[in-house]
Amino acid sequence: MLPSEFAALEPFSEWVLESERERYSKRLASSMEDMQAFYDAAFPLLEQASDHLDKFLLTELPEQERNLLLLMFSLVNVSFPVEVWKQARVPDSGAAYMDLVVEPKV
Amino acid sequence: MPHFTKPEAGSWTENYPELGTGPVNYEDSIDPAYYEAEKEAIFKKTWLNVGRVEQASKVGSYFTKELAVADTSLVIVRGKDKEIRAFHNVCRHRGNKLVWNDYPGEEVKGTCRQFTCKYHAWRYSLDGDLTFVQQEQEFFDLDKADYGLKLVRCEVWEGFIFVNLDPDAQPLKEYLGEFAKGLEGYPFHEMTEVFTYKAEIGSNWKLFIDAFAEFYHAPVLHMKQAVKDEADKLFNVGYEALHYEIHSPHSMISSWGGMSPPKDLTIVKPIERALRSGLFGPWEAPDIEGLDNLPTGLNPGRHRAWGNDSFEFFPNMTLLIWKPGWYLTYHYWPTAVDKHIFEANLYFVPAKTARERLKQELAAVTFKEYALQDGNTLEATQTMLKSRVVTDFPLCDQELLLRHLHKTVADYVKEHTDAAQ
Repeated sequence: MLPSEFAALEPFSEWVLESERERYSKRLASSMEDMQAFYDAAFPLLEQASDHLDKFLLTELPEQERNLLLLMFSLVNVSFPVEVWKQARVPDSGAAYMDLVVEPKV
Repeated sequence: MPHFTKPEAGSWTENYPELGTGPVNYEDSIDPAYYEAEKEAIFKKTWLNVGRVEQASKVGSYFTKELAVADTSLVIVRGKDKEIRAFHNVCRHRGNKLVWNDYPGEEVKGTCRQFTCKYHAWRYSLDGDLTFVQQEQEFFDLDKADYGLKLVRCEVWEGFIFVNLDPDAQPLKEYLGEFAKGLEGYPFHEMTEVFTYKAEIGSNWKLFIDAFAEFYHAPVLHMKQAVKDEADKLFNVGYEALHYEIHSPHSMISSWGGMSPPKDLTIVKPIERALRSGLFGPWEAPDIEGLDNLPTGLNPGRHRAWGNDSFEFFPNMTLLIWKPGWYLTYHYWPTAVDKHIFEANLYFVPAKTARERLKQELAAVTFKEYALQDGNTLEATQTMLKSRVVTDFPLCDQELLLRHLHKTVADYVKEHTDAAQ
């Protein structure tokens, strides 16, 4: 489901998610090991993915490219637990929630 | 010694002697009777920002706004004459809510040619005129001209739609005053890509404004968001604003940037280094007109280290403009003395490339991580205020805007109560 140059990320295709709400939910439901594995595979390819995607207009991304962008949105989301929190949730956030009710469509 | 020069009065707070420097009483955030007074004295009397013109961009585009704090619901719509109007969202026949889907309490948006009541199919034009009554001949001397939708004052400033439930209120621009004048010409209209966050917060509305009107908390509450060495440094230095200004009932705080881009790349997280973006937004400003010559109201201290200005438009709108060319708004919509709906909107110039969109995604996600910490802290504060174990609290010079907010609320409530007697 991804452009062929990014075949290494196919095992993580479950992180191709349409909305921030879905990405954040998956993050909360994932173990640190799973998120670390995804991060370790995807982060080194972030720059290459940006270069590849920038060959297209954002409004006219082919499906595989669009999937790649959604996957990188998930990378952005898991970067917090992996790089800072060492846990899925924001520390000291308890039962608080913050729903993204409008987000720019891609 | 302060890092940034304070006014001759000795401090920012003493620059406004009417504010005093003593401890501040927080009964105003826990007393249900006081909350009722605020509804009457403030939320039914002042200009409230309910959205942007882009939300009603075409003829017939509408959205509803639930105003529990003013005991009403509004529908805001662009009419055939391109004017934006606001109406009480109530059918003139028997008081049914006019515009809603499935759940009467949820806000909705859409486009239509006319409004039709779900109950008995009374119809209203986009201008609010009653145009159709089902079985009109069954009524007694009913003149449709007498039963149009109830109009609410609605005025627009720089694309921001404001309403006022008081028919005698002063004009919007006069109310917004100096600060608004100083911001005119900022390219708000170019920044139409929006991320909207919503949350119900278990605290009085003023407590969240308190949290965003000072950055004294940032190096402490959000310590773990920075890499270790940077967090230690921020904690030791603390926080000082570049400049504060008050034009009552509104106020503003001007802050340094420093993080977009950071002086030293090692102080930021790997994802920020890779995407060149973070809490302060994408490090590079978008390529649009109007960012080179900023309006005079921005960076009032004319400071080289300037990073953002945050304006508190009384009573419940925060407008925060970031140096790298984007802005956000916060709104605090009270629903009870100890509860409010918090809404944050982040506005960017629409991304043209995936890389630009990824930078915005990082800024938006980072915002949420911070706001979750802020929101949760407020519930803890509300609970302890309610205990009344401690009633008065010392506020420092960096908390000037909080002092001003609570005093302004008190002044409005007092004026209203005095007038009623």
